[in-house]
Amino acid sequence: MIQRRHIVLLLILLALTLVSFLISFSSGSASLGFVEVITQLLSPEPGLEQQILYELRIPRSIAAFVTGAMLAMSGVIMQVLLRNPLADPYILGISGGSAVAALSAILLGFSGLWISNAAFIGALISIFIVFGLAQSGRNWTATRLLLTGVVMSAGWGAIINVLLTTSTNNSVYSMLFWLMGDLSQSRTGVLNASFLGIGLLILMYYSRALNVLSRGDMQAAALGVNVSRLRLVLYLISSVLTACAVSIAGTIGFVGLVIPHMLRLLGARDHRLLIPSALLLGGSFLMIADSIARTIVAPTQLPVGVVTAIIGVPVFLLILRNSSNQLRD
Amino acid sequence: MSNDSTNTNPLLQTRALSLSIAERKICTELSLQLPAGQCLGILGQNGTGKTTLLHTMMRLRQPDAGEILLCAKPLAAWEQKALAQQLGILFQNTNDIMPATVLETTLIGRHPHLADWQWEKKADLALAQQALSEVGIAELANRDISTLSGGERQRLAIATLLTQEPRLFLLDEPGNHLDIAFQIQSLNLLRNHIEKRQCALVMATHDINLAARNCEQILLLYGEGEYELGKCGDVLTAQNLSRAFDCEIREFEIEKGRSVFFPA
Repeated sequence: MIQRRHIVLLLILLALTLVSFLISFSSGSASLGFVEVITQLLSPEPGLEQQILYELRIPRSIAAFVTGAMLAMSGVIMQVLLRNPLADPYILGISGGSAVAALSAILLGFSGLWISNAAFIGALISIFIVFGLAQSGRNWTATRLLLTGVVMSAGWGAIINVLLTTSTNNSVYSMLFWLMGDLSQSRTGVLNASFLGIGLLILMYYSRALNVLSRGDMQAAALGVNVSRLRLVLYLISSVLTACAVSIAGTIGFVGLVIPHMLRLLGARDHRLLIPSALLLGGSFLMIADSIARTIVAPTQLPVGVVTAIIGVPVFLLILRNSSNQLRD
Repeated sequence: MSNDSTNTNPLLQTRALSLSIAERKICTELSLQLPAGQCLGILGQNGTGKTTLLHTMMRLRQPDAGEILLCAKPLAAWEQKALAQQLGILFQNTNDIMPATVLETTLIGRHPHLADWQWEKKADLALAQQALSEVGIAELANRDISTLSGGERQRLAIATLLTQEPRLFLLDEPGNHLDIAFQIQSLNLLRNHIEKRQCALVMATHDINLAARNCEQILLLYGEGEYELGKCGDVLTAQNLSRAFDCEIREFEIEKGRSVFFPA
């Protein structure tokens, strides 16, 4: 049953998302107040501030929102798929594959959109390799998938280190920014937004089945869930969302791990609530982190991945502490 | 009378069922009939394939030969969701890594009865709450499942199964983690349920006395594909049990027509 507290949580998150957009629009080297942002957005005469908003801030905010939303949703799915609360969108090596491709592109002197495309293709390659290896035989178990992904991840990690140690100083700087996750060059188009929308729709369709799958593959099969099909759908959606997110902004950590846990602790354990909540909170969290990243040591911009980690680590430790307290009750 | 029609049409039927796991035979040419309102006990030593047989009845695994019929329709012909409305299973182990409350976990039993995009209605919630109070853990409804004791988890699993409202209940070691009073209580609860609603029950267990107390029919697995199938009183003899469990077992009659079995 839809309970009142579910609706309240969604409304709060919706409000938070709006406020985050305003914060994100107003922060930057030219600081604008909330009221100013709104008047500039609606102003009929184009001025410098309006130009900054429409050409720089709004595209970047939307990119941050879409990326954060994708990572958080992907994290929710990975944790159910692998039945492991420590899973995150990158655990199966998707980020490693895209990092190797993106870093190679940087090494070859490409920039901008080419790096994004390389990252996306690298992610797809990794998705297919892991899927192919994990699926040999009919036993497509969570453990097998996890082991395959983690080992692939380690392999990609080694190649990343090779690329980093054999590159020139200049490209190493760009590579490090990419690896830590950076939104300063990020733009996102209709394609990514529609991936997010389609992903949300399919996940919402399967959301009650996800509640059942959380209790184990056998239990889910006994309750009429087509487990192998569902697992395949989840793997593909989660992978594509992660691939999109990585191609927009590099490997931003902690969003995909922490946001699902924060929401579960807030009572959103039912996936029909958890998935849309993750979309909103993940998006808002990354927009706020990005606002901090570009203002805290202005005029220098920090990679946003650093900020998500700085916020994410204490929050996650706090969550762990609280959850072990709960166990003792 | 519905009784007559269900007697001519057993709820569960196997025809010449042969089953093996990793080269080891579990049963060959097994043909059994379980009418509504009755209880079948599968007994045997560890590793004789009780769980595998249950999982085959659940269609989680395919038999080598023969077929299983549920309500006179071959198991293979059932649509997955319709099957889950008729057939429910209590597993030996539950999975509680992902957080959920007791009530939320009970409600997943309604999954096969709900349409796509549909949320549980008040009636579903009432059903879950009633099941929780029947197994005596209504007051734990809002607790996280990771905080439950072993016995409470088993009761929750039984409540989830009751909430599913299947016609055929398959129980794998229903007495697991339960103290003796609750073993009796929960089996009585399930027995009343199947008698009242013309359901049937199959339980796999190594607890001879639990089976003797609750089952009309017994399937005693000897291993190597051999078995004894028949009425409880005919199959459960000291001689058969001693052979099945490879250990001398004696029968003690505690009242007229009721025996208990203990190792010598």
